[in-house]
Amino acid sequence: MFRYYLKLGTLSIRANPALSFLMVAAIAIGIGACMTIMTVKHVMSGNPIEHKNDQLYHVQVDSWNPDDPYEDPDLPPEQLTYLDAKALFDASRAFRQTTSYKISRVVQPEDDDARPFQTDGRATTADFFPMFDVPFLYGSGWDNAADATEERVVVLSRDLNEKVFGGENSVGRILTINGESFRVSGVLDDWTPVPKFFDLNNNPYEEPESLYLPFSLAVAGRFDRGGNTSCWKPLEGDGFEAFLASECIWVQMWVELQGESAKADYMQFLDAYVEEQKLLGRFPRPLNNRLYNPAEWMEYQEVVDDDVDVLLGLAVLFLVVCLLNTIGLLLAKSMRRAKDTSLRRALGASKLELFKQHIFEAGIIGVAGGLLGIAMTWLGLRGIENLYVEYDFIQHLVRMDWSMISLAVVLAVASALGAALYPTWRTCNITPATHLRLQ
Amino acid sequence: MEFGPIWRTMMRSKGGYILIALQIAVTMAIMVNAIAIMQERGSKMARPSGLDEANTFAFVSVGFAPDMNNKALINEDLDTLRNLPGVKHVTASNSFPLRQGGWSEGLHREPGVGKSVSSSAIYFVDEHGLDSFGLELIDGENFAPEQVGWNSDTDDPWPATVIVSQALGEHLFPDHDGSYVGKTFYFNDDNPAKIVGVVKTLQSPWQGWAGVERAMLVPQRRDSEFVRYIVRTEPGYRDELMVQAEELLASSNKDRIIRNMVTMDEVRKLAYLGDAAMIKILTFVVALLTAITGLGLVGLASFNVARRTRQIGIRRALGATKTAIVRYFMLENFVISSIGIAAGGILAVGLNIFMVQAFSLTPLAWYVIPIAMVALWIVGQLAVAGPARKASNISPAIATRSV
Repeated sequence: MFRYYLKLGTLSIRANPALSFLMVAAIAIGIGACMTIMTVKHVMSGNPIEHKNDQLYHVQVDSWNPDDPYEDPDLPPEQLTYLDAKALFDASRAFRQTTSYKISRVVQPEDDDARPFQTDGRATTADFFPMFDVPFLYGSGWDNAADATEERVVVLSRDLNEKVFGGENSVGRILTINGESFRVSGVLDDWTPVPKFFDLNNNPYEEPESLYLPFSLAVAGRFDRGGNTSCWKPLEGDGFEAFLASECIWVQMWVELQGESAKADYMQFLDAYVEEQKLLGRFPRPLNNRLYNPAEWMEYQEVVDDDVDVLLGLAVLFLVVCLLNTIGLLLAKSMRRAKDTSLRRALGASKLELFKQHIFEAGIIGVAGGLLGIAMTWLGLRGIENLYVEYDFIQHLVRMDWSMISLAVVLAVASALGAALYPTWRTCNITPATHLRLQ
Repeated sequence: MEFGPIWRTMMRSKGGYILIALQIAVTMAIMVNAIAIMQERGSKMARPSGLDEANTFAFVSVGFAPDMNNKALINEDLDTLRNLPGVKHVTASNSFPLRQGGWSEGLHREPGVGKSVSSSAIYFVDEHGLDSFGLELIDGENFAPEQVGWNSDTDDPWPATVIVSQALGEHLFPDHDGSYVGKTFYFNDDNPAKIVGVVKTLQSPWQGWAGVERAMLVPQRRDSEFVRYIVRTEPGYRDELMVQAEELLASSNKDRIIRNMVTMDEVRKLAYLGDAAMIKILTFVVALLTAITGLGLVGLASFNVARRTRQIGIRRALGATKTAIVRYFMLENFVISSIGIAAGGILAVGLNIFMVQAFSLTPLAWYVIPIAMVALWIVGQLAVAGPARKASNISPAIATRSV
């Protein structure tokens, strides 16, 4: 029976090539539009550190202006002051903790012909690498002692190592950064978390920084801050010391806590810290500390642009139009074949058999639409990539994976079968007598 | 007219016609909302930044040797650039409009920390800032050279005088009629600043910010190894001067690099990349959607014609003219389109209300709806024209044949 229905379906599809093509194309385009936007959204709203989502927490304490919340309604600042970052880091109450900020540095290659170039870096602490499971190609990060002694060590990204040392194992070699010598302690393997969950302040969709060096050293050396700095209270006094002692926020802090009780303990510790600071005249706002895991933090920071959701909504409606189109065409087709169907019914085909036969035909159209839809999705993603060609990171956002491909096929077949239900039901309920009378 | 028979025929097999009407309705809802979004983005992109964009470029100088004499280098660079033929004006600044990064500050009408009444983008420039940006001064005057001071990353940067955009003046002093020149406001704590000039338009660096039109010029040079130069040239000199400036400055001091060399045109393009892409995607969606719905209507009409071949033959045999046959199908399409369009209008407004609430988009302009209506009517009539003509060519003899 299977092969017979397959044959009947194919014949029927071939009987109206233009119309069948229109149905397949409509499903394909609808699926393509939906899947293109869904793929982009899937990538943008991914969680690259999902396996540690219940262990990592972003630290927020509300050190802001008593008269004006950092953000309505009563949200605490997104970063920490240096005072708080240092105090919380030094207290070392979490299993692991890291403070970091984005910096901008000039790398001077040894080679006399090579010109110095500017690059983004991250001033951070030893725990950054194990906390975020950062993969190493050569060597490793630095140890906690290096943080304490402001040691001149640096970790390079794979690309930067390629550029400066030709990709060889550069561990132990010396790199000149802004006129100072740093010892290379490790080289990262390819690492592009999407979104860049550990620092969402500037652009959540950008490459991670290309060099990493100790936080304490960067602060002591007054390295240029490459991220955001926000202040609400004027500095008391002049110079860098006054800036470090100010209420300006510019440091991101994450802690690694194992288990719910560890989280509760840390929250208690934070609250106690803020209460203590209140006695010193700081933290004029009500207690409002937060520990968000990476998924919560990305949600809080609204990393996925509204435009993606607008487009997704329109794409779903677009698919609805394509399906209505297909239903209409299938219906018209079945009405036109009413006589043929009536004859089959009169000759003894049961409703169930007719149903199977027509659903089969719809299934073929659905699978064809789905396969073509995958091609359309690929084209759609290339189109998006093209529109954003000036945005270097776009290539990471338009990647299709197997889960999306299978979703496309499932969506296409489900759509086609769904679309076929009504026309098929109508066909099955044809009263043979009405249509056979005239003949 | 055949309205009566058409309506009765439609009522006999409602399912198919409801589907078409529904398809037209959803098509219209998408079309109207896509056009509304395109309009919103288009008008955002059309806002002037206040700069003479066509003749302006900018770049960054970053010193990397320890203990550089930043002040001397900046003065030397400004001299070098100002002496290049074709250069009209040059200033050092921390940022410029549309750059997506810069300095913003809360402002107060009274001294004290408290809650700020407004906020503004800050551009630290010298007395050449006004002309280098190419701003239109509509009130007051430019800074005098002696008003321009120096500050560093960690000093208190607030000067006694500022030039504000008209929009910032209005936002700071909403109840004030007349000139904003001479009015005083406060940077946090108690740093008074007096407005000495007002420019017509000066955008902030963040084109997506609600306060994008609020910005001010502050007469300060920044003592920093990181300097941004903004160069305005005579028309036609921009591209060659970009090359010259880079070569001259890169070779004048080996302890710094010159980077981020961009024209304002490129800056604008990058700032509105997302909006431009959105417009292109939606244009494509609307075109594709119209095509699919149009082709679907052609397919359905062809089916109907084929199904009614005998009926048409009979009508022809009984004396109906070819025009009458064409008119029948055109009218049928018009009726069904009208029902779809009416439902589509309601659906479109509903969807728009939802999107305005969920994504804070601008509500759609009323006239988009009639435009979409007419467009869809035309699409429907065009789609049915071919099959209708084919129907009119059916020979009356068909009626005599038993299939």
